[in-house]
Amino acid sequence: MTSREKRTSGERTTDVLSELVAHLRHNRTILREEWVRRITESRLLTTMTKEEIFAEATSVFDNYVEVLETGSVEALQAYARNLSERIIPRGVDTPEVLGIVLLLRDVLARSLFEKYQGDFALLNRVLDAYEPAANRIATTVAVGFVQERERVIRQQQEAIRELSTPVLQVRERLLILPIIGVVDSERARQLTEQLLRGVRSNRAKVVVMDITGVPSVDATVANHLVQTVEASRLLGATVIVTGLSPEIAQTLVTIGVDLTKMNTVGDLQGGIEEAELLLGYKVMRLTESAASEASN
Amino acid sequence: MLVPILKQGDYLIASIQSSLADADLIRLRDQLVEQVGRYRSRGVIVDVTVLDVMDSFAVRTLSTLAQMIMLRGAETVIVGVQPDVAFAMVQLGLTLDNVKTALDLEEGLLYLNSRAKRGRSGAG
Repeated sequence: MTSREKRTSGERTTDVLSELVAHLRHNRTILREEWVRRITESRLLTTMTKEEIFAEATSVFDNYVEVLETGSVEALQAYARNLSERIIPRGVDTPEVLGIVLLLRDVLARSLFEKYQGDFALLNRVLDAYEPAANRIATTVAVGFVQERERVIRQQQEAIRELSTPVLQVRERLLILPIIGVVDSERARQLTEQLLRGVRSNRAKVVVMDITGVPSVDATVANHLVQTVEASRLLGATVIVTGLSPEIAQTLVTIGVDLTKMNTVGDLQGGIEEAELLLGYKVMRLTESAASEASN
Repeated sequence: MLVPILKQGDYLIASIQSSLADADLIRLRDQLVEQVGRYRSRGVIVDVTVLDVMDSFAVRTLSTLAQMIMLRGAETVIVGVQPDVAFAMVQLGLTLDNVKTALDLEEGLLYLNSRAKRGRSGAG
């Protein structure tokens, strides 16, 4: 292909594109309505109201046409990110977003078929111009959505990690470590590290580890718990494990985890009482102590 | 690297100052086992605060040290294990099972003192 031919073909593509854009602008209302109808028909975006879908559809449509016209996806990228931020909290899934973008692509393509059905060569050229741009738009929106989702997921994981393992001092030299939720290797490691640091900085002698909130325990998790207990002992702290449910007790005995090193007490209250005993505390009601003082 | 062994009342305190080679550890063990009889000590404290690595040899040596000291009629307390070291040790399965551990020197002394008191009151 010579450079002149290339230029003419390039010019032709631009011509075709601007004609295409003009066509889409001209039929904006009909195409939008058709698109929204198809979205509702396919039962996509069920968590949003019809008005919302229409409003979003209008913005997406306008952005879509703009990308076709300018060839720059930056504005669309920003819009896709913004849209994702708004709709992810409402439970919109990736397939839904992909679905609506592909539907719009389909709606527009059909309208082009209809318009140029008489002139097959022109239709071909229009599609040559339309297809790459449409693919790019679909990719941009889908990638934007997935990236936003991943960002949200990362943020939440971080939040869960920070929330999940508080080490609390309830009395001088007595810590409690309430564990809630599923314990995997990564979390068990973090938990142990945090506990050891807590033992050191609070100069703890006794730690009550409450696993009431742990739904299930397998061999791996049990070994992690044993490791936590042993590591604490190396720092001179005794660990009391409380809140083992009947199911967990059965599992542990059935899978044969060696728990002889574990000091277990039924519930958190019992554990704290046991810990106080180890530390030499005696807790009594004010009236009782007054009575015992009076008798002395 | 020589480890100073301090005599403090009824106890011997070995305060490790820097990371030790295997031979140094063995020498420390031999000296402690020897001195515990010479000074008629009732307790031995080994302070490992400065160690940021405890390999299997070190752990085994400390473990045998404790057993030997026990046979010589005294008790051993390992103090000052760092959190990271403790975590690494349990992951390697080195748990110093039959040795008493305490947070730091102060705690180790408190423990030995409480044992002494209990022993005396038990005897009396």
